[in-house]
Amino acid sequence: MHNPQLNKHGELAHLLSIEGLPKAILNQILDTAESFMEVSAREVKKVPLLRGKSVFNLFFENSTRTRTTFEIAAKRLSADVINLDINKSSTAKGETLLDTIDNLCAMHANLFVVRHASSGAPYLIAEHLQRTGRDDIHVVNAGDGRHAHPTQGLLDMYTIRHYKKDFTQLRVAIVGDILHSRVARSDIHALTTLGVPEVRAIGPETLLPKYMDKLGVHVFHDMNEGLKDCDVIIMLRLQNERMNGALLPSAGEYFRHYGLTPQKLALAKPDAIVMHPGPMNRGVEIHSAVADGAQAVILPQVTFGIAVRMAVMSIVAGN
Amino acid sequence: MNIEIKNGRVIDPKHGVDQHHTSLFVAEGTVIGMGATPAGFVADQTIDATGCVVCPGLIDLGARLNSIEAELAAAVAGGVTSVVVPPDADPPLDEPELADRLVHRGDEIGKARVLPLGALTLGLKGERLAELAGLKKAGCVAFSQANKPVVDTEALLRAMEYAATFDFAVWLQPQDYWLSRNGIAHEGEVASRLGLAGIPVAAETIAIGTIIQLVRITGCRVHLTRISSAAGMQLVHRAQHDGLPITCDVGVHHLLLTENDIGYFNPHARFCPPLRAQEDRQALSDSVAAGWAAICSDHTPVGADDKLLPFGEAKPGATGLEVLLPLTLKWAEAAQVDLPTALARITAMPARVLGSSAGSLAVGTNADICVFDPAATWQLAPEALKSRGKNSPWQGYMMSGQVRATLVGGRMVYQAQQ
Amino acid sequence: MSPLPNPLPDAEAQCRQLADLIRRQLSKNPALVGIYSGGAWIAERLKDLLGLTEEVGLIDVSFYRDDFSEKGLHPQCRPTVIPFDVEGRHIILVDDVLYTGRTTRAAINELFDYGRPAAVELAVLADRGGRELPVAATYGIWDVTLDDGQSLVLERKDDAQLAWRLEHA
Repeated sequence: MHNPQLNKHGELAHLLSIEGLPKAILNQILDTAESFMEVSAREVKKVPLLRGKSVFNLFFENSTRTRTTFEIAAKRLSADVINLDINKSSTAKGETLLDTIDNLCAMHANLFVVRHASSGAPYLIAEHLQRTGRDDIHVVNAGDGRHAHPTQGLLDMYTIRHYKKDFTQLRVAIVGDILHSRVARSDIHALTTLGVPEVRAIGPETLLPKYMDKLGVHVFHDMNEGLKDCDVIIMLRLQNERMNGALLPSAGEYFRHYGLTPQKLALAKPDAIVMHPGPMNRGVEIHSAVADGAQAVILPQVTFGIAVRMAVMSIVAGN
Repeated sequence: MNIEIKNGRVIDPKHGVDQHHTSLFVAEGTVIGMGATPAGFVADQTIDATGCVVCPGLIDLGARLNSIEAELAAAVAGGVTSVVVPPDADPPLDEPELADRLVHRGDEIGKARVLPLGALTLGLKGERLAELAGLKKAGCVAFSQANKPVVDTEALLRAMEYAATFDFAVWLQPQDYWLSRNGIAHEGEVASRLGLAGIPVAAETIAIGTIIQLVRITGCRVHLTRISSAAGMQLVHRAQHDGLPITCDVGVHHLLLTENDIGYFNPHARFCPPLRAQEDRQALSDSVAAGWAAICSDHTPVGADDKLLPFGEAKPGATGLEVLLPLTLKWAEAAQVDLPTALARITAMPARVLGSSAGSLAVGTNADICVFDPAATWQLAPEALKSRGKNSPWQGYMMSGQVRATLVGGRMVYQAQQ
Repeated sequence: MSPLPNPLPDAEAQCRQLADLIRRQLSKNPALVGIYSGGAWIAERLKDLLGLTEEVGLIDVSFYRDDFSEKGLHPQCRPTVIPFDVEGRHIILVDDVLYTGRTTRAAINELFDYGRPAAVELAVLADRGGRELPVAATYGIWDVTLDDGQSLVLERKDDAQLAWRLEHA
C-alpha cells in the first residue's frame, strides 16, 4: 500500500503518523531539531527558511497550547501564520472539511497544521491534495482523534535522546489513559522504530486498548510492577470527562493506583526521567512533588517541542 | 412472447441441474422447458448464450433503493430479479400506505421485483409496534429493524410474540445497542492501532444470544441479517442445529474483506456491521460454503460527499447490486466453491429464506432468469455503474463475470450492449 | 584564472599560505567562522597554525539557503555554533571554494542574526569564478577554471589531512 506521507522519492511530504516512517526519517527530524534548538537561543530567534510561505493552523478541535507551539515554530521559520478556529466558522455553515481545504488552497496555503477530533482526518486531506495534484501543499498532523500526535511523539523522542542518548538500552513506561491517547500511540510507534527494547503500558483494563501486544507493548495493571527499573516514565493526561463514570470510579481512586508519587517513582531507576505531554492534572495522574521534582523534564519537553516542530515544518515544506 | 435462450450452461442449483450447451424455453412469462424444443414452440426472440451461464435471477436479501429508478435498473444490470428492501428509508417503511406506494412504484418501473420489509416498530424506534398485518397486506414480506437494534428487550419480545401470532417472519441485524453505539470499526488490532472506537464481537454474540432465547420463547421465525463474526456464526449454526426456525445471511463484502482493508482510514471500508478479523472472514466463508448462510449485497448507495469524510464520520456501506454476482464469483474462486453451489447462495437459498418459489428454473416457475458471461471482465468505475451509489472499496478493480441479459417474468428487462 | 593543474595542489600547503595572509591582521583580534564542512576544517587548521586560543565558530547555512523552494532542506544539517559574541567583532568567514557567492551571502545573513559585527572578511582556498553575486574573497590562494560539470571537493582523510578531489557531475 502506498504510504501517503512520502513523496515519490520516499521523502517526507506530510507528517501524518509516526507509524510507517523509517528510522532514518525520524533521526533526520531529531537531528534537524538539534540545529533549531540553537536558533532559539540566538539574539534573533528566526531563520528565513519559510519566508513568503503561508502556514494555516486548522484547529477543528480547541487546543490553545498546541496551536501556540506550532505558531511560534512557524514564525521562527519566517512563515506567515494564519490561525483558523474552524469550530466557530465554516463547518457551522455546513461547509465540508474538503471544501474548507480547497478554499484555503485558493488562498495559496503552503502548509496545513491540522488538529481534528476524528482519527484519520489529516489522511483525508493529504489524499485529497494528492488526488487534485497539489503536491506542493503539505500537511502536518497536530493530533487526530485517538489516532496520532506525531510531533508530540517526536518531541518526546527528542527529550529521551537528549537525556538518555541511546534508545537501544531503555525501558520506557507509558502510564494512564492509553485507550484515548493519540500521544501514546505515536510514542509507541516511535519508541519501537528507534529500537527501544522494552515499552510498557500501565493502566487499568478500561483505559488500555485491546491487542497491545500486537504493537509490541508489554501490559501492566500494577504500577509498582510496571515502573520497576524503568529509565523513562511518560505520564498521560486523564481527561476530566473520564474521571467519574464507567471507566473509572473517581479521580481519587485513580490517583491511589496510577498516580505517580515520589514513592512509586523510587521504584524506577534512580536516574529515570518523568515526562508529561501537558497540561497536567496535579493530584490526579501526578503528584506535585514529582511534577516539580528533579527528575521531571516536562518544561524542557515544551522547549524541545518548538525545535521539533520547526524541523518537521521545514522538512515537509521542502519536499 | 416466446423466448429461447440457446447454447448456454444452464444451472439450476435448487434442482441440481448443470447442463452445458443447452436451451431454456420461456413462454407466457414462465419456464416451459429445457433441452429439446417443446412441441409447437416457435421462438419470437432468441438469446445466444454461447459461453454464458443461464441461471435463476439473483435474489438480493438486502438492498436500499434510495433513488428507486436508478437502483432497480442497477439490480437487473447485476442479474438481480428480486430485491428485499429494508425499512430504513426516509421516512421509514412503517405505514401500509408507504409500503403500498413502494410496491406500486416498483411495478411501474417494471425492472426487478420489489419485496419490502416492513418496519417492526414505528419509526424503527424500537418502542411501539407498527401495523404488521396492514403492512403485510400492502406487500411486505417480513418485518425488520434494518440495522437499528431494539434496545428494550421487552419491546423485542412483544414484537416477536405479535409477529408469531400471524406467522410473520422477523428479520434482525444482531447488534447490541450499548456495545455498538459509539463504535466505528471492529474492536481488533487495526482499531487499536488507528485509534478507532471499537465494536466488539460481543456486540453481535450478545444480541444473537438474546434473539435465540426469544425465538425459543415465542417460536417466531427469525432471519438474522449480516452476520459478521465467527463466534456469531457459531451461535446461529447451533440454534439451527437445535431446530430453531432461524436463517441468516452474510454481506458479500464481509466474505472478501477484513479490518485490514481499512488501510489508511479508507472510508469505503466502513461497514455496518464492521469488517472483522481475518479469522472471522474465514469462518463466514466456510459457513456460507457449508450452506449455513445466504449471501446478500447489502447494497447501500452513499453519495460521494458522505464518503469524503474522516473514517468515523463517513456513512457506512457500499454499492452492491451490480457487484453481487462478480464478488460472489470471486469468493467462490478463492474459497474453491463450485459455481452451482455459489449461485445457490444468491438464488435458491435466499428464496428459501423468503419462503418463495423463485430462485429456480423448474418448469412452470416465473421466468426470472440471469444470463451472464463468467469469463468477461470489466472495470469497476463510476461510469460503469447504473446505481447512483458509486461508493465501493473495489473502485478501479477488475471484476470477472458480466451479465448479458436479465428476464423478469419472461420479459427482457436488461440486455447488455454488445 | 588558470587551468586545472595535475596533480591537484596540496591543500595543507594552501592552508599554511592562507594562515600567512591572515597573520598580518591578528592585531584586529579576528574571530574565525568556518562554513560546513570544508570551511570548518580549514578554520580549525587556521586556528592551530595561527596559535589562536579562542574556539572557532561553525556555520551550517542550510536554514539560510536561497534554493530551499527548489531543493528542500539539506537532509543532514548540523547546528551552527558561534561560541563568542558577534557584536562588534572582526570576523573572518572561512570556506573551501568560492563559486556563485550564494553560500557566502547565506553565511553573512546568518552571522548577522547573532549581532552586528565590526567587519566581515572572507578567506578561501580556491576561487573558481562564476560569481552570481557581488562577492569577493579578502584572502584567496588559488584561482582556478573548471568546466560546468566539474566540482572541487575538499576531503578530510583518515589521518586528518586535507586534500582536494575533483568530482564530475
